[in-house]
Amino acid sequence: MKELQELARELLAGGEVRLVVGWEDGRRGARPAFVRDPDDAGRLIFDNRCVHNLATYLDPRRDHLAGPGRIALVVTGCDALAVAGLLREHQVTREDLVLIGVRCGGVLETPDLPAPQPLTPETVAPRCHDCPVREPRLVDHVVGEPLPAPPQPAVTLDQRVAELEALPLEERWAFWRDQFAKCVRCHACRQVCPLCICERCVAEKTRPQWIDPAPHPRGTVNWNLTRALHLAGRCVGCGECERFCPVGIPLSLLNRKLQLVVKERFDHVPSDDPAQPAPIGEYRLDDREEFIR
Amino acid sequence: MDEAFEPRIVAFVCNWCTYTGADLAGTSRLPMASNVRVIRLPCTGRIDPLFILKAFDRGADGVIVSGCHPADCHYTAGNYHARRRFAVFRDLLEFVGVDPRRVTFSWVSASEGAKWRDVVNDTVATVRELGPFTAWRELAPADATARAGER
Repeated sequence: MKELQELARELLAGGEVRLVVGWEDGRRGARPAFVRDPDDAGRLIFDNRCVHNLATYLDPRRDHLAGPGRIALVVTGCDALAVAGLLREHQVTREDLVLIGVRCGGVLETPDLPAPQPLTPETVAPRCHDCPVREPRLVDHVVGEPLPAPPQPAVTLDQRVAELEALPLEERWAFWRDQFAKCVRCHACRQVCPLCICERCVAEKTRPQWIDPAPHPRGTVNWNLTRALHLAGRCVGCGECERFCPVGIPLSLLNRKLQLVVKERFDHVPSDDPAQPAPIGEYRLDDREEFIR
Repeated sequence: MDEAFEPRIVAFVCNWCTYTGADLAGTSRLPMASNVRVIRLPCTGRIDPLFILKAFDRGADGVIVSGCHPADCHYTAGNYHARRRFAVFRDLLEFVGVDPRRVTFSWVSASEGAKWRDVVNDTVATVRELGPFTAWRELAPADATARAGER
């Protein structure tokens, strides 16, 4: 923690960056922090309550952070995947960013706790399952000691996806119809997603109106399917959409399913290499087409 | 709704191959089911999955998406992009419990009038068996359901 604070102080005091985006202790627990003054660098923390994917603040639509000069962003290894996604799609310029990687030993499902908690299979975030990024990559600085791998979640997303897939079609439809029926179309899933970056979302277009804006089932089914589809091959699985969903729709299951689809069909897994293309928008001549007659 | 069920099928086809193929089927006077409404687009690459969702919203019981065979695309690669997109879309629909047989994907070239006839007849037969897509229609708000019959 000292190391992180010292580094942030140096970067700000030396004028290398004008802003450090990290985490701090708030009233409810950990929360995002925006540090502009080197004397405030002591506010920064990192522990297993730091679950927010701060890459979402790089979204070019969020112009409240825009301005001349570079931004430093504190990222865990898996948050860096989202930064790589934004770089891949030319939404941010690498030179405008200083990335501070923190060595992470897994995070909790919720940040809203007064103090860090021991990670157990029940409390660990689903995204920590088989953590592929023990050491942050793509970053300019790495801070913190290497930590042991997080415990595996008691029930993994893959298990829940498989459970759903074992159900007959009608029961699956009933499950998702009821889930989507809860949706109030607040679009929090879109707002918090680091990769939902369209300047004008298709859900807000009115001529033609593709997606009914009202929160009745027809609008919510179309919205949720479209949101999931637009993130196919781009979603990094941070799970922020589900965490932010005020009505508790298990969006991670849709995202995970599509991750499995692009992995199986196109051999694509989320990558922290911005040069590696996303699977939708690319093609191979020999892509499988067993579903086409 | 008391009358015998006739499936409503919307076909999104590319201008260069399948539309011409469908035209050939017509000029050749091939007998086929008349349940299909054809919508011509420049390329399968132009067909957004939203089109399919919209077709279901508007009361379609089934959808056909058809275009040029691989390597035949008028725009070189539109069908390759479409192939990836629809592979993912189809898997997503199936995951949320939509019967994937309601959406037929096919490659029909300008010379394949007979194949187009088969695609149409098979899709109509399959959807007839599946019955009306009430699961989707029930999503509509009450007043829209009343109007759907008038469209």
